[in-house]
Parts: sequence; structure tokens; C-alpha cells
Amino acid sequence: MTEGITMTPVIDVAQARKDAEPIEKNDVVFDIQKLTASYGKQPAISDVDLEIYRNVITAVIGPSGCGKSTFIRCLNRMNDLVPGARIEGKILYQGDDLYASGVDPVEVRRRIGMVFQKANPFPKSIYDNVAWGPRVLGMRKDLDGRVEKALRGAALWDEVKDRLKKNALSLSGGQQQRLCIARAIAVEPDVLLLDEPASALDPIATSAIEELMHELKRDYTLVIVTHNMQQAARVADMTAFFSLDVDESRRTGVLVEYDGTAKIFTNPGDKRTEDYVTGRFG
Amino acid sequence: MSRYRRRRIVNRLMEVIATVAALVAVAVLAIVVVSVAKRAAGAISWDFFTKPQALFGQPGGGIANALVGTVLLVLMAGAMALPVGVLTAIYLTEFAPRRVAVPIQVVIDVLAGLPTIVIGIFVYALLVIGHTQSGIAGAFALAIIMLPLIARATQEVLLLVPSTLREASLALGVRRWRTVLGVILPTSVGGILTGTVLAVARAAGETAPLLFTSSIFANSVQTDVTKPLPNIPVLIFTYSEQPDPALHEQAWAAALVLMAFVLVASLAAKALLARSRRKLVG
Amino acid sequence: MSAVPTSSPLQARRHRLRGQLGDLALHGLTLAAALACLVLVGAIVWKILALSGDAFDQFGFGFITGRTWDPVKHVFGALPFIYGTAVSSLLAVVLATPLAIAIGLYLSELAPRGVRGIVGSLVELLAAIPSVVLGLWGILVLGPFLAHHVEPWLHSSLGFIPLFGEPQQTGQGLFTAAVILTIMIVPIVASISRELFLGVPRELEEGALALGATRWEMVRGVILPATRSGVAAAVILGLGRAVGEAIAVTQVIGGGTRIGWSLFPPADTLASKIASSYQGAGSGLEISSLMYLAAILLVLGLIANLVAQVIVRRFDPLRGARS
Repeated sequence: MTEGITMTPVIDVAQARKDAEPIEKNDVVFDIQKLTASYGKQPAISDVDLEIYRNVITAVIGPSGCGKSTFIRCLNRMNDLVPGARIEGKILYQGDDLYASGVDPVEVRRRIGMVFQKANPFPKSIYDNVAWGPRVLGMRKDLDGRVEKALRGAALWDEVKDRLKKNALSLSGGQQQRLCIARAIAVEPDVLLLDEPASALDPIATSAIEELMHELKRDYTLVIVTHNMQQAARVADMTAFFSLDVDESRRTGVLVEYDGTAKIFTNPGDKRTEDYVTGRFG
Repeated sequence: MSRYRRRRIVNRLMEVIATVAALVAVAVLAIVVVSVAKRAAGAISWDFFTKPQALFGQPGGGIANALVGTVLLVLMAGAMALPVGVLTAIYLTEFAPRRVAVPIQVVIDVLAGLPTIVIGIFVYALLVIGHTQSGIAGAFALAIIMLPLIARATQEVLLLVPSTLREASLALGVRRWRTVLGVILPTSVGGILTGTVLAVARAAGETAPLLFTSSIFANSVQTDVTKPLPNIPVLIFTYSEQPDPALHEQAWAAALVLMAFVLVASLAAKALLARSRRKLVG
Repeated sequence: MSAVPTSSPLQARRHRLRGQLGDLALHGLTLAAALACLVLVGAIVWKILALSGDAFDQFGFGFITGRTWDPVKHVFGALPFIYGTAVSSLLAVVLATPLAIAIGLYLSELAPRGVRGIVGSLVELLAAIPSVVLGLWGILVLGPFLAHHVEPWLHSSLGFIPLFGEPQQTGQGLFTAAVILTIMIVPIVASISRELFLGVPRELEEGALALGATRWEMVRGVILPATRSGVAAAVILGLGRAVGEAIAVTQVIGGGTRIGWSLFPPADTLASKIASSYQGAGSGLEISSLMYLAAILLVLGLIANLVAQVIVRRFDPLRGARS
């Protein structure tokens, strides 16, 4: 089972992890350069610079409204769906500019998958939920095998293998979210973006998801947005702290500090980070 | 061709089909409106609006009697339908227990879907057989058509009133009937008015119910409602069935007048709806 | 309890009584209005059935399969008109449904912000055109156009299909009626479809797109399955409208009792026969037979309406997914 969900002070948990695993900065999956994203006039985030590494869990934390969701949605071009959304700056995915003209968002999203805050399974059977993506994308060989592999990968197979034909909406909240994870990995992406995946779940379901993320790290690169600092400390290897920069002219989210999780939580470099992780604000 | 390219082409194709479909609908509307306007041009004149129908075989004449008749019919129909429609809607939203509300709702939807010719026959059997056609019978038939439209529109807007408003009033010790008449109805007036305007626009154009109740009329302006009232839809219908091109021209002109009225009423209803929505939602 | 401080218990009682009477009165009044609607529908059904009594006594259910309509010989049958209603309405539904769904998708998924409202309003205006105006346009513009340009082309290129026989001069026939009915049904189904498509929760759409699906794949895989019962109900409502339309159809259908394969010659539907014949009807039997036609029309209309209502109230695949 997992570590107990206790109210261990954040610093201790991070200390434990610091002793456990060194972080290997493998190749760079995302190279984000001076990213500014706006809906309309106001930039939601400004001048974000960071690199995301392969097979590493990167957490994005910060107070509400600092643009965490906006940031993560830039990475798979989901913001394209919002009328009036634009970006400046560059996002290089494995060396290629994601926003270059001629790049089809459809292809981007196939490789960079997303799991949403509120589980959103289709009103279809469990099997069809997982199989739909591969079917549409043309991965029709051994569909049954794919579905099983994805469900196993999401630690859901044992619970649903006898009722694959049942409606997905009959599952519990935590199971639905794991189904969404299975659905996302069924199309074999490289990256999984998770936007507060456990915020609507109870502690037991949450811990199941966190455990799952450790497993998924082996095959995928994960970026997770969370407002729960303990979760970031438990789960993430790297942590990016965003905050709001407010002055007379603008109100926008900025990247304050980005480093190994242990460092962010035990010995942050920026005062704003320190204030946030020690609970002085946010 | 790669599967990806094929998917892109199919997507594009579907976009084109959907756009073309919308264009076809707009084109048909344009064709009909332009057809009517073009062919009506010759007959539109001051005389057209002020003179009654010409005697059989005589040239000239206008639709004055039909205009007056339609106005009278629609006003009477509205006076009959409005109270019953609004009261029924109040019953459904304020008083009816669930088991009673469903059948009444079903009945209202049935009324809305009845073939108008059947309604005409019913009123014919009820009020015309044994007597003569009359404006009252025609108005009654139109009222049956307007009733479900007004009831539905009233229901929609009554449901928009937040329950907190009702509760606040009742908590003050104000009686149910006072709450309904003094608080809920006034906030719903905009929506009720909108529904009524739309129902009036619909009723003004209905021919089938009047065919049996108010279709044998004289060539002069008639205001006695116990006699059949001349009206625009039946006039258009009768003229359209004659081979005389002069009558056709008048039919086109009358059709233009009718369409203009419907257009103005629709725009007015939209404006009313927008205003009342703004007041309610703020 | 009264909120108004009173000086004597008698006054308080009178005030409370007035309030209770007021409540009772409003309840009674509104109940009466609601019951009036019930009574109205009942009265309509009963009256139509009663009026068709004579014809029913004479012909029984055989009327429905009777092919002859002869006022002179006093022999009446409904089959040609049931045939006319069925063919014109079904053809209209077949033509209108894909068109309307495509328009609904355009309005909900494809159209840019500003265009969405304008085109949506234009489609609703199309629905608001009075049927007599469409019928006038049908007789004098559409009919001749179809007769001179479309029907000959259909006959020459697809004439091996018995549907496309010899074109008529005037263009009055089942085909023109079906086209007019299509124009009437499309806006109804399109508006309802648009509302249904817009009602699909955004998270479901995003979930599909995030997997790397194209917009169309998302529509086909998520939106259409989720709204299928609502769209079906809308189509049936459109069918009911087509079946019941009397005026525009009367104007363009020409009149006749022919039952044959070709769509082009003149014919009659239940509604158009009633509308065109009632004034000239002679005998009581003929009138009663026309009422019998009305009864059949009423039954068909009721079935369509009730089926649509049942579909809407019972089968909604989205019921779990909507929060």
C-alpha cells in the first residue's frame, strides 16, 4: 500500500524523498522559452522559461488563478479551443516548435495526452471508452489486447475485467478517473498532462492515483498541476512554483522557481516560494 | 494515403458539407423572400392598404378588409389564449404535484403538435354547424393554436425565477397568491410578453383553422365579430388557387405584408427576450 | 401566521381567512385553466371521432384500405390519401434530416462567433414563414421550376427508377409537396438539434479532442451518440408536422386519387383532401367521410407526437454524464 495520508509537515516528506532517489535529468521533452499566453488582452502567464525532462514527474504548484492550468493546456494546444487565446514565445517539443505554422493540433494531442480535473468518461461502455481512441486513430490490431494493457497500466484491470461492457458512468469517481487515464494511455502518448487529477476524489482514491503515477513514470513523462502541496511533495521529482505578479499595469502568472522537489520544499531560493510552501500565504 | 491524411480529408469534407448545408438554408430563405418581394412590388400602393377587395372580376382593390379582419381575429384570439395559457403555466410551476403535472405537460405538448386543420374542423363542429361562420369561431380556433405556445413560454420564464425569491417572500409571511401575483409574475412579464408576441406572429399566418370558421366573407371591411371576418391568410390562399394573374399579384403583396409582420414580431420578441433576460440575470 | 400586527384576534382571523381564500382562489383558478386544456384535447378527439361516425358505420375499418373516392356513387376510401401523406412526409423527412443535422452541427460546432447568431436567426426565420406563403411560392415559382428543370432531368437520368416517371407540366404533385415539406421541417429539426449539440458537456468534447481526434471524429464519436434520442424525437416531431400540414400541400399537390410509383403526377394527402374538398362536399356521407379522414390524420399526428415525447422523457444517454 502507500504511505499513510497523514498531515506530515511538507518539509519532512520532501526530506524523505531527497534521501531516496537522485533526479536524473535525461533528455529534454519540453523546452519552453519565454512563454506568454493570453485570452484576449490580459496575459494569463508571462515569460515562462523551463525545461521538462523525460520520465520525470514535474509538478506545477501555486495559488489559485496563477495560470497553472493555462500553462499546462499550452503544452498540448488545448488552449486553441478557446476563442481569442494566443501565445507568444516558443514551446519546443523534442526539438520541434509546437506552434509552428503547419503543425496540426490533432497530431500534437495524440502524442501529448491529458487527464482532466473532473473525470469525463464518455457515456459508453468501459471497453468502448478505452478502445475509442485507438479505433479512431487506426490502431485496430489486437484491440482487446490494447484495452487490457491500458487498463492494467491504469491499475484498473482487475476491478473491471468482468464488466467491460458496463456503462462507464456506473464506476465510482476514482475508478472513472483511472479509466480516463487508461483511455489516455491507450493511444500510446509520450507525455501525460494531468490537470489536478485527484482534486475531486476522496483520500483513498487520491492515493491510488498517486501510486499509479509512480508506475506511469517509467513509460511516460508526466506533468501534473496540483493545488495540494503535500501531493506535489509526495509525487513529483521536479516542481515548478507559479505565482501572481500584480502591479498597476497587469495581473499575470509567472514562474517563480523551478527545481528539484526536495529543494523547493526544504530550501527554496525565492522568498515567495518559501512563503507559499510554509503556508504563509496561498 | 496515410491514415492521418485520410482523417484530415474526411474532417475537412464534413466541415464543407456542414457549411454548405447552412448556406442552402440561408439561400432558400433569401430566394423565397426575394421572390415574394419582386412579385409583390407591382401591387403595393396606398390603395392596396386602404381599399377593400375588389368585387368579382373588377380590377384594383386591396386588402384593407383582410387587414382589419386579421387584426381583430388575432387580438380576440390573444385575449382568449393569454389568461388560460398563463394560468395553466402557473398551475404547472407553482401548484401541481408531480403526478398531475406530467399528464398536463403531455397534453400541452399534444396541443402544440395537433394538425391545425383538425383544430379548424373541431371548432367548425362546435361553433359553426347549426349557425354560421363567425369571427369568434375563427378567433377561438386561433386561440387553441396560441394556447400551448403561451403556456410553454410562460413556464420557461417562471422556472427561471430563482426559488430563493419564492422562499424569501413566503418566509416573510406573505401568502402564496400574493407571492405569485406580486413577485413572481411581474419578474416574468418580459418572457410572457415574448411568448405572446411569437404566438401572435404564428396565429396571424394560420390558414387551415380559418378555412372552416371564417373563410366565406364579403368584399368589404367587416367588424361584426359574429360574422365571418376577412383575413389575410385565407385571402392569399383563395387568390393563389385562382388563375387570374392580377389576383396573384395581390396575393404576393399580401404575402409580403404577412412576412414583414412576422419578421418584425420575431425581432421584437428577440429584443424583449434579451431585455428581460438581462433584468433577471443582471 | 400573519405578519401584520393586529389589535384583535378577530381581525387576525379575518386576515388569515382572506389569505387562505386568496390561495384557494388562485389554486382553483389555475387548476381550472389546466383542466380546461385537458378537456379541450379530449373534446377535440371526441368531436372528430363523433363526426366520422356515419362514415364509420357505413365503411368500418375497410375505409382505410378503400381505394375509391366517388361522391357520386357514395363510395369513399382513404387509401390514396394515406399513400399521399406517407410518401410526401417520409420523403420530406429523408431529405430534411441529414440537412438539418448538418445545419445544427454547423451552428453549434463550426460557425464563428458572430456568424453563429445571424445564421441561427435566419434559420429560425425560415421556420416562421407562414405555410400559405410557402404554398403560394410553391405554386407559382417552385412548381414550374421543378417541372421544367428538375423533373425532366430526374426522369432522363434516373427514369429507370419508377419513382421518376413522366414529369408534369405544372409541377403540381407529390414531389413538389415533399420539397415544400422539407423546407418546413428543416428549421424545426435544425434548431432542436443545435440546442442538443450545444448541451453536450464541454468536458466530453475536450476529452475526445485531447486524445488526438479530429473535430469530425469527436462529433461522430461523442456528440451524435450522446444526442441520438433527442435528434430522433426532433425528427419525429418534424414528421408529425409534415403529416399535418394542409395548406401548403393543398396548394402544390394538384389533387387526385392516383396510387402509383411516380412522384410527379398530382395526388392528395389526408390533410389536403380535407382542405380542398370540404367546401364542395355534398352529401352528409361525403362530409362524414372527410371527417373520417380527419380522424385518421388526428391519430397519426397523436402517435407521432406521443412517440416523440416518450423518447425525450425516457431515453437520454447523457443522463449520467450531466452534472
